[in-house]
Amino acid sequence: MSAQKQKELQVAALENGTAIDHIPPSQLFKVASLLGLEKMDNTITIGNNFHSKKMGCKGVIKIAGKFFEEDEINRIALIAPNVILNIIRDYEVVEKKTITLPDELIGLVKCNNPKCITNNEPMLSRFDVVDRATGAIRCRYCERKINKEDIVIK
Amino acid sequence: MKSKSLVSIDQCSQEDILRILDNAQKFEENPNRKIMDGKVAATLFFEPSTRTRLSFETAFNRLGGKVVGFSDASTSSSSKGETLKDTILMVSNYADVIIMRHYLEGAARYASEVTDIPIINAGDGANQHPSQTLLDMYSIRKTQGTLENLTITMVGDLKYGRTVHSLIVGMSHFNPTFHFIAPEELRMPEEQKHFCEKHNIKYTEHCDFTTDIINQTDILYMTRVQRERFTDLVEYERVKNVYILHNEMLKGSRDNLRILHPLPRVNEIAYDVDDNPKAYYIQQARNGLFTREAIICEVLNVEI
Repeated sequence: MSAQKQKELQVAALENGTAIDHIPPSQLFKVASLLGLEKMDNTITIGNNFHSKKMGCKGVIKIAGKFFEEDEINRIALIAPNVILNIIRDYEVVEKKTITLPDELIGLVKCNNPKCITNNEPMLSRFDVVDRATGAIRCRYCERKINKEDIVIK
Repeated sequence: MKSKSLVSIDQCSQEDILRILDNAQKFEENPNRKIMDGKVAATLFFEPSTRTRLSFETAFNRLGGKVVGFSDASTSSSSKGETLKDTILMVSNYADVIIMRHYLEGAARYASEVTDIPIINAGDGANQHPSQTLLDMYSIRKTQGTLENLTITMVGDLKYGRTVHSLIVGMSHFNPTFHFIAPEELRMPEEQKHFCEKHNIKYTEHCDFTTDIINQTDILYMTRVQRERFTDLVEYERVKNVYILHNEMLKGSRDNLRILHPLPRVNEIAYDVDDNPKAYYIQQARNGLFTREAIICEVLNVEI
């Protein structure tokens, strides 16, 4: 068994499923909540503050028997844009995927304009990503632009 | 237009704008045309705005249609906690078009998404008021004979003034040059300046309201400097009398200069300007009637 495999086994070996790697530790539980892990029946391992050569410290989530659809997983791009998805089948990583920020964010972000209709009516918020480089988004309704650092996840 | 509703000026192409203004001109020649006979418009004013409501209602009446609606949310079901969606869907059962004003930003866009009948945005909070922009542009074209290559000076509250932001977008199709004159606290926001840069629109910013700039101007667009916009009231006291237009400041101005103001004004245009033939703000409001008749025909897809 390779050293890499042994290391992963320290957490939990996945037969089939998805391992989400390189999650910034501060965002781990937000990622878990955005993916709706609390509503899943799958076996889930959540680990945090693992040593990482790339980012110093990282969080990892392993979900048995779960393969995400694009739009499902892209929800986390806002808070953890650099995560790697390892798709595992029969104990082997068969695919490594990065995630991309979708063009439109639906029901994900709270508009920070208190006078926006989305904060006053039972409805989903909708934002367009206006600048991929800076991560700035714009509310489709009140048209207010929100910079990445001011984004509030619902 | 991209949608059959008129929610925001950004959705109007150059062609859309010119078609609406051409039709407005036909209505100026003859405002009474019974082309909305049998049609019902609902004016839903969740926030009072007598001027805008009367203008739209007069427009629809002069087209031969009937108007229902309310002028204050306290007399509607929204005061009982009904959602905007329910109100819009209910009214959609009765009317052919909804003209709405709302204190919340984005309300008109949301309304246009929940119903199949056209929505005309008559103002949503500090966001959009496209009929104002179109009537401003109608007034500009009428007084200048063209929309192309004009120098437009905007004065006052350029930070919060939605009319100036929308006018920049509307005029962006016609190669304007802008002068932005505002106190430091109420300068034109970065977003609008970026918009100008992206569209190769020339602009300069000034803090002083001088005759030097007035003399290079074709359209002088005045706005109100509101006390409640200032965090520092000392600053307000300092600037409140700086951005006031007096008649003597117009001495060296171009013959074609016209002064516009979205109204209501407080003190930013001195009363001695009213008798100057270059004052155009009262006629500007009258143009609103023709422009709104054209907008109603546009969203209902009725030929004139």
